[in-house]
Amino acid sequence: MRTVKSDIIIETVKEMCIEANHFLSQDVKDALDNAKNTEKSSIGKDILTKLEENLKIAGEDMIPVCQDTGMAVFFVEIGQDVHVEGNLTDAINEGVRRGYVDGFLRKSVVKDPLIRENTKDNTPAVIHYNIVEGDKIKLTIAPKGFGSENMSKVFMLKPADGIEGVKKAIISAAKDAGPNACPPMVVGVGVGGTFEKCAIMAKQALTRPIGVHSDIEYVAELEEEMFTEINKLGIGPGGLGGSTTALAVNINTYPTHIAGLPVAVNICCHVYRHCVREI
Amino acid sequence: MDKYINAPISKEVAADLRSGDTVYISGTIYSARDAAHLRMSNALKNGEELPFDIVGNVIYYMGPSPSREGRPIGSAGPTTAGRMDKYTPQLLDLGLRGMIGKGKRTQDVYEAIKRNGAVYFAAIGGAGALLSKAIKKSEVIAYDDLGTEAIRKLEVENFPVIVVIDSEGNNLYETAIEEFKMD
Repeated sequence: MRTVKSDIIIETVKEMCIEANHFLSQDVKDALDNAKNTEKSSIGKDILTKLEENLKIAGEDMIPVCQDTGMAVFFVEIGQDVHVEGNLTDAINEGVRRGYVDGFLRKSVVKDPLIRENTKDNTPAVIHYNIVEGDKIKLTIAPKGFGSENMSKVFMLKPADGIEGVKKAIISAAKDAGPNACPPMVVGVGVGGTFEKCAIMAKQALTRPIGVHSDIEYVAELEEEMFTEINKLGIGPGGLGGSTTALAVNINTYPTHIAGLPVAVNICCHVYRHCVREI
Repeated sequence: MDKYINAPISKEVAADLRSGDTVYISGTIYSARDAAHLRMSNALKNGEELPFDIVGNVIYYMGPSPSREGRPIGSAGPTTAGRMDKYTPQLLDLGLRGMIGKGKRTQDVYEAIKRNGAVYFAAIGGAGALLSKAIKKSEVIAYDDLGTEAIRKLEVENFPVIVVIDSEGNNLYETAIEEFKMD
């Protein structure tokens, strides 16, 4: 059994919070650059150019790419042969606290959803644990802004709705999100499972790099088709009209019940932040 | 069309702005978002004064990230305007002339914009680092305890926005999408 000290978790999480909020990965930069070259609207082209400029300033001057530095969402894969010294959840939250306070990131979390007092350190994080083989810990952070989070939806479809129903659900969520979700957006979709499982899958789909498709052939084709269809909506960069509404559509699936077809659509803005570390 | 204007904005200048115009704003604007709007609404209910003179002024729906040393503000892009819709018609009727945000507005806000000759501008969502460069000074003037949601008086220089809903009720979010929609 391998032992990992919680100090290492804290330091790693802190670094991940700061990195994810100041630097986007190459896949996102490439997608924005490609969109800039193909965008048909002149306002849209100008917005995409400014988004690239924004990324440059963010990295050079260490100003967060977006002021909404998100609620810190983690997917944690824990090898069954690793032992964490101390409390893992506490360590992740301590890393978030240090990352958001020391990294000049915005504190956007309220302690109670109705009383709404700011926790002032952006904790607690939302953490999804998964136990896997091996003796490593894999941490994925996706700081989630709420402009796009608020436009996300769950649809409890009937089996008879089939793939056409799933397509309609995805398109309608993207259309309703419109300018609110800071397009061009990345659309994460979870199909199958249960009510909560499809939502978590949709969120996890938003940790997949742009350009990486599903291993399942028909799902990969559906991703492509939905990407093309969403870009026909005309919403465009900033919602001000154009041919670039989505940068990607990522779909995850899971077995489901004979009576159901749950579909979750989690929308992410163009500030598609994710960062992975293995300890 | 590119236009350069000063804030506060006169009724005449507001009337001259058209949906789709790129506008560079210089002068003083105020940041306020969800929690500050709730407080302003409660202040009005209690017959109290608003923390700043709203007539002719512009509210920027924005809650910045903390500033690093030597800088006036951190990342400072727009938040979704629709969450303020519940409070907005009252503020427009009191003389609020402009709003900077992103995203759709309700019919009530749309009507209040037309009724009062106001303007709804969009700034580029998710470009907070770039937009912060147009903010030269920032000072919390009310509700300090709200942290990022406090009301800030901002001095801006050529702050770039696009007119979405103009004083005549033209709405770029509707017209532009029609233009690029492919069936």
